[in-house]
Amino acid sequence: MRSKRGITLWIAAGAGYAFLYVPLIIVIVYSFNNSRLNAEWVGFTLNWYDTLFHDQNMIFAAGNSLAIALTASFVSTVLGTAAGVAMYRYPTKLLSVLVLAPIAIPEILMGVSLLIFFVLLNFTLGLVSVALAHIAFCIGFVAIVVRARLAGMDESLTEAARDCGASPWQTFRYITLPLIMPGVIAGALMAFTLSIDDFVITFFTAGAGTVTLPLQIYSMIKIAVTPEVNAVSSLLMLLTLALIIIASRVSPTILRSQEGLS
Amino acid sequence: MSSATARRSARLGRWLVSGPPVLYLFVFFAVPTLIMVLASFRTPGEFGGLAPLVEDGKLDLNLESYARFFSEAIYAEIFLKSVWYALATTFFCLALAYPLAALIARSPKRYRDLLLLLVILPFWSNFLIRIYAWMIILGPNAALARTVNGILRWFGHEPVPLLFSSFAVLVCLVYVSLPFMVLPLYANLEKHDQALLDAAQDLGANAWQRFWRITFPLSLPGVFAGSALVFIPALGIFAIPDILGGPEDSLIGNVIKQQFLETRDWPFGSVLSIVLTVAALAIAGFAAWVARRNLGTPSSARKVSA
Repeated sequence: MRSKRGITLWIAAGAGYAFLYVPLIIVIVYSFNNSRLNAEWVGFTLNWYDTLFHDQNMIFAAGNSLAIALTASFVSTVLGTAAGVAMYRYPTKLLSVLVLAPIAIPEILMGVSLLIFFVLLNFTLGLVSVALAHIAFCIGFVAIVVRARLAGMDESLTEAARDCGASPWQTFRYITLPLIMPGVIAGALMAFTLSIDDFVITFFTAGAGTVTLPLQIYSMIKIAVTPEVNAVSSLLMLLTLALIIIASRVSPTILRSQEGLS
Repeated sequence: MSSATARRSARLGRWLVSGPPVLYLFVFFAVPTLIMVLASFRTPGEFGGLAPLVEDGKLDLNLESYARFFSEAIYAEIFLKSVWYALATTFFCLALAYPLAALIARSPKRYRDLLLLLVILPFWSNFLIRIYAWMIILGPNAALARTVNGILRWFGHEPVPLLFSSFAVLVCLVYVSLPFMVLPLYANLEKHDQALLDAAQDLGANAWQRFWRITFPLSLPGVFAGSALVFIPALGIFAIPDILGGPEDSLIGNVIKQQFLETRDWPFGSVLSIVLTVAALAIAGFAAWVARRNLGTPSSARKVSA
């Protein structure tokens, strides 16, 4: 009886896992397929990767994405760490609303409101406006990871430092910061991934002339399905996977940080 | 250090820590949102954007864009269609997520993190890649479309396109939302007490009864949390219908995009965005409220076993 139910559950869950992975595997497999059509396996080739590395637009877009992601993850990690510490030490309603609301509302709202904001200020849409927008939505994610890390910390350590005469800054620099460092690094990697992958908010804040990797992929797939997109997708998946593995090694709780939202 | 200086330095520390993120989010989140709310009461400019705030000594504030939303049936229709898609997405996600979450919660502890990781990993791959994958799978030359249309032809039906259809939009919506349903559901199911199920079995309840009268009622907080996490983003989606949908699959997100980037009618676009956000938060708030009412775990368990 019990084992029969176990099998049904395994089949249903297995179907769920297949649903999650088969599409991504197909994208990767067809990136090596020697055919323009993503329909049938013809033969192995690395041509699409070759095309990709000679595609000036794509390389330019990747450079933009990298520059934005590095800037946005650096700034949002500093601000997000501060926000996480503040949410733990000095919690206020205003702070949690400001930090968590950008994550809770539909993404498109943030995109269009920032579009209005930048245009009304006569701020030229481009790399800078995209980076500023990315920082705004990444702060909350970093803050959640850092706060979770602080919540698991032994409070007596900072008290001991204070008793030994350390100033608040010294206590933070030499006790708190090293202890929350895994959370900070994980948060930074998460912010980098979110920034390099973001499409919706970038779409509204980039303006006409600026292209990032997701925007370039979007304009390519709006026109046609081409295996070059499979190739760039596979590389992007590899990058994300590497970052996530590093992040989860540094801070195993990061994978649950989404739960903190619920 | 005197206590007065200590207090002053504590206050200074507090400002130094809270100040920068609060200031940043105030400028780049709160202010833009408020400007958008204000823009929804303005008149569209002649060449897009907004009309001047003060013209001929009159302040440009009106309810015309709101009136337009509530008077033109097409927008209410699109809005209801979006709600319908988001609800269907939530329902199918729940059906797929429940076995996944239950399996992970019942697995030996050492496998749980890995099984959970496998659910979350696809969520971290690029959003557009996950949409693109379905363009390939549902494409007219792909095996799936040929098989389906082969069967249809056999029964004498006209071939149907799988891509650029509501079917494609819905499948992809479920695909990108699934992890958000699994996580809270798993977090809830993991905490269930096996003793309750054993007791029910001893009292003669079969598997179905045990699920419907114990596991499911106890998992409602997880169900509602997951539903909110799936429903809110699904309601505002524009990229999926834009890429995978046909002309009649335009949802509220697509109309918002159109108002801002093509028609350039900011006030009406703002009205649509505000209606969308208020509806999403209201529905999520309602779900949270229901979940909290059901949260009295011990009492509901007692009710079940009574």
